[in-house]
Amino acid sequence: MVGLVIVSHSASLARGIKELASQMAPKVPMAAVGGTSDGRLGTDANLIKQAIEQLAHCNGVLVLMDLGSAVLSTETALEYMPLEIEDKVQLADGPVVEGAVAAAVESSLGKPLAAVKAAAEAAAALKKL
Amino acid sequence: MGLTVSELTDMIQAVGKVIEDNKAFLTELDSAIGDADHGINMAKGFHAVKEKLPTLADADAGTVLKTVGMTLVSTVGGASGPLYGTAFLRAGMKIGNKEELLAVDLDLGLVAALEGIKQRGRAEPGDKTIVDALQPAVMALKESLNAGKTATEALGAAVTAAEDGVEYTKGIIARKGRASYLGERSLGHQDPGATSTYLMLRTMQEFLARRT
Repeated sequence: MVGLVIVSHSASLARGIKELASQMAPKVPMAAVGGTSDGRLGTDANLIKQAIEQLAHCNGVLVLMDLGSAVLSTETALEYMPLEIEDKVQLADGPVVEGAVAAAVESSLGKPLAAVKAAAEAAAALKKL
Repeated sequence: MGLTVSELTDMIQAVGKVIEDNKAFLTELDSAIGDADHGINMAKGFHAVKEKLPTLADADAGTVLKTVGMTLVSTVGGASGPLYGTAFLRAGMKIGNKEELLAVDLDLGLVAALEGIKQRGRAEPGDKTIVDALQPAVMALKESLNAGKTATEALGAAVTAAEDGVEYTKGIIARKGRASYLGERSLGHQDPGATSTYLMLRTMQEFLARRT
């Protein structure tokens, strides 16, 4: 299965999204990473790197991020990661909550990384009303 | 200019002190158009740098700069972490294992820092970001060095260009970062990132001027 890493500025938001997505797909490996190591709102490239490496055994890793600097920190983390892990990682350009749920379901069906990423990004077009 | 590694370390400490002294000012700028944390975040990052630098007494210049970069990416918290962190990392990679920095290294390092920031932030001049201060500064530095000025004089020209760049950000709408959510409401405010870049360059210039 493809592993999911949820990156948010808020540790509790990251945990909550992981919880929500896990409810739909309990077997999908997921890591939630948010906030700084001293408990502020923000993102930490080093913590993101560790979260991705935790899921390096998966059949690909998809990272879902909330606001701008989460993306910058994730890209920074990838730049300093061993190439064999970096090659297995993709970033999803989609909404972090809906995208995580869609990606979790897709991954639980055994789909490859490209399909899981496509599902997360397609969530941007989901209509609620 | 012949800057030793120990002087480079002192220069970075001086930058950290200026960031700490301007913590409230930078945060106030960021509270107008962002998430009100730029000064706090930068001060956190440079505090961690301050603790780290004494462990690098025997390191070369590139290692010092790269370590500053790695420290910033994992301690700042906001976008300025990966942005300034990448800037120091790229400058360190470009400068490599030198024991003494010359004017040409200042130019190489700042060009690499600018390219790193533009790539990481996907920002161009006019987006109301660090780039609006750093790009004109790098160009002014290069022009002055080509005209035969000393490193201190060239950095002086860079500081003036960065200050003009900060002023310029007041008249444009943010297209990157948290301020871009505000659209036209970002007009009239100077960009906090451009401001911290100006402060850092000014501190470097003052440091060089003091020793010559």
